[in-house]
Amino acid sequence: MRFLTISGPPSSGKTSVILRVIEALQAREKKIGVVKFDCLLTDDDKLYAKKGVLVKKGLSGALCPDHYFVSNIESCVTWGHENNCEYLISESAGLCNRCSPHIKEITAVCVIDNLSGIGTPRKIGPMLKSADIVVITKGDIVSQAEREVFASRVKQVNPGAIIMNVNGITGQGAFELTSLFEDASDIETLKGKVLRFSMPAALCSYCLGETRIGEEHQTGNIRKMDLQEGSAE
Amino acid sequence: MNISEFFLTSMADILVDHPYIEDFLTSFGLIVKPSDDTLQHYLDNLDQDNLEDLGVSDEQLRQSLDDFLTGMLALSDPMDKVESLTIIGGHDKSGKAENLELNLKPGEVICIVGPTGSGKSRLLADIEWVAQGDTPTSRKILINGQVPDSKWRFSTEYKLVAQLSQNMNFVMDLSAEEFIRMHAESRLVTDPEKKVAQILQQANELAGEQFAPDTPVTSLSGGQSRALMIADMAILSKSPIALIDEIENAGIDRKKALDLLVQEEKIILMATHDPILALMGDRRLVIKNGGIDKIIESSEEERKNLVTLEKLDNKLLALRNRIRTGDTLEHIEGV
Ligand SMILES: Nc1nc2c(ncn2[C@@H]2O[C@H](COP(=O)(O)OP(=O)(O)OP(=O)(O)O)[C@@H](O)[C@H]2O)c(=O)[nH]1
Ligand SMILES: Nc1ncnc2c1ncn2[C@@H]1O[C@H](COP(=O)(O)OP(=O)(O)O)[C@@H](O)[C@H]1O
Ligand SMILES: [Mg+2]
Ligand SMILES: [Mg+2]
Ligand SMILES: [Zn+2]
Ligand SMILES: [Zn+2]
Repeated sequence: MRFLTISGPPSSGKTSVILRVIEALQAREKKIGVVKFDCLLTDDDKLYAKKGVLVKKGLSGALCPDHYFVSNIESCVTWGHENNCEYLISESAGLCNRCSPHIKEITAVCVIDNLSGIGTPRKIGPMLKSADIVVITKGDIVSQAEREVFASRVKQVNPGAIIMNVNGITGQGAFELTSLFEDASDIETLKGKVLRFSMPAALCSYCLGETRIGEEHQTGNIRKMDLQEGSAE
Repeated sequence: MNISEFFLTSMADILVDHPYIEDFLTSFGLIVKPSDDTLQHYLDNLDQDNLEDLGVSDEQLRQSLDDFLTGMLALSDPMDKVESLTIIGGHDKSGKAENLELNLKPGEVICIVGPTGSGKSRLLADIEWVAQGDTPTSRKILINGQVPDSKWRFSTEYKLVAQLSQNMNFVMDLSAEEFIRMHAESRLVTDPEKKVAQILQQANELAGEQFAPDTPVTSLSGGQSRALMIADMAILSKSPIALIDEIENAGIDRKKALDLLVQEEKIILMATHDPILALMGDRRLVIKNGGIDKIIESSEEERKNLVTLEKLDNKLLALRNRIRTGDTLEHIEGV
C-alpha cells in the first residue's frame, strides 16, 4: 500500500487537490482510502465518500490535531492495509504551523496557495520545510510572474522539494502530481517509523485547562517575551 | 564558484556579495550579523535549542542550504540550447491516432485553435510536462530530437517553458517596479536594476495607456498587466519555449508584443481565436476532440488580408477611444 501524508494551512486546497488525484488514480483502477484529521469539524469526509473511496475521519477537539494524528495514524495505516487499499492518503490541516504530521521515509506533501501572501512560506514550520512535494494551488487567480515569485519563496525554505502548481478546481497539473504519487513509499505498517520533526512540548497550565490570566496561574513550561529588547536606544 | 567556497567565506562578505544567503538563513528565523567568522563556523555554532524552537533540525538546515546553493549556481549556468521541439502525435479523446510528427524551431509562432474543451490547454500542458506517452493524449515531446533529461520536468532553474496564462491578476501588495525587481531577484539575473528599467519601458511601449513605475500592480488595467507580463517574459525568462493561453487582446499592441517575443528566439505556441494573431503565426494547429486534426500553414493570400484586418482593428480602437473620452457614436462614417 502506498501511503502519503498531505498537510497544509486551512483552506489551502488540500481536499480539492486530493479529489483530483483520486479521479486520476481511479482512472487507473486503483483502490483508495483517505483519512481526514481536523480539529472541530469537517465535511471533507462526505466529499471523499461521494467519490466512492474508503474514508475515516478523526476530530481532535481539545488536542493539537497533529499530536492527535501521531497517536492514531498507525492504526489508520493498519485499517487501510486490511481493507486492501492500494493508496492511503491522510489529510490534516496544519493549524499551529509548528507541528507537522510528516514521517521519515513516508512521502510527505504540503499544499499551500498562491493567495496566502509572500511571507507565508517563511512562517510555516516543518510541515512545509520538510515536505518532499510542495503543491501550490490557486494559480488561476494570479499572473504567472506572481506564481513564479511565490514558488521562489517556497523554494527558498525548502530547496530540495519538488514544487508543482496544481489547480484544485480544473485539475490542471493533477495528472502530473499523480504520477509522483505512484512513486510514494510502499508500506504495510508504520511500526518503527519516526516523525520527521519533534512536536513542541505543550505542557503549561493552559494545556491542562487553565483559563485565568495572571502570573500565579502559570505553571510548567512557560516562556516570557522580552519586552525590554531594543527599547534602550 | 563551487559550493565549498561559500562555506569558507566570511559572514561579512556573504552579507555583501551573496545577499540571497542571508535571505535564506533569515527565512528559517535565524539571525545573521556581519563578522569575520566563516559561514561554516556560523553553522557549526548555531544554538541547537534555538533550531528546535524554529522547527528545523541541524541536519535539515545544512541539507537545505546545500540544495539552495546548488540551485543558485545552476541559475547562473547558461540554459542548454534548444534547436528544435518535436511533437509526436498520440491519440484524440476517442482513441483515434493523430499520426503526425511536428518539428518546431526557435523564432516560429504556432497558433492553436479549436472550440472550448477541444484540448488546447492539454496540448500546452503536454509540452510543459515534456510528455512521454504518460498523459491522457499519449503524446511524446522531444527536445533536439531526443528524449530530454527529466530535469526539465521539475526544476525551477531549467524551466523549458514559460507560460503566459489567461489570468493576469495580482494579489501582492507591491508597486510595478517592486514587483518586477522581486521577480528579477528570484531569477538572480545580473544587473537587476537595468533589467527592471528595461521591462517597465518595454511594457509602456506595449500598453495602450502609460503607467508609472510606482503604480501598485493591483491597480494596473487589464492591458497594462498583460503588457507588463509580456515584457517580463521576454526580458527575464531564459526558457526557450513560450506558451500563451488565450491572451485577451484589448489594450495592448499585439504585433509589437509578438515581435518582442520572437526576437528573443523563442518557440512560441499560442492558443488564440484572434484573427490578427492567428495570421501573424506561421502555422495553425486545429484541435478537435482532443487531437491535432489539421495543420494550416498561413498562406500569402491570408497574410495579405492582415492589412485589412489591422485597419478594421484600428477603427474599433478609435471608437473605443472616443467612448473613453466621453464622445458619442452617432457618426462613425469617418473612422
Ligand atoms: N480558484 C481556485 N480555487 C481553489 C483551488 N483549489 C481549491 N480552491 C478552492 O479553495 C477552497 C478551499 O479548498 P479545500 O480543498 O476545501 O481546502 P482544504 O485545504 O482541504 O481546506 P480544509 O480541509 O478546510 O483545511 C474551496 O472553495 C476550493 O474550491 C484552485 O486551484 N483555484
Ligand atoms: N487526447 C485526449 N484524450 C483524453 N482527454 C483529453 C485529450 N485531449 C484533451 N483531453 C481532456 O479534455 C479536457 C478539455 O481539454 P482542454 O485542454 O482544457 O480544452 P481547451 O483548452 O481547448 O478548452 C481536459 O480535461 C483534457 O485533459
Ligand atoms: Mg480539506
Ligand atoms: Mg483552455
Ligand atoms: Zn501543534
Ligand atoms: Zn500550553
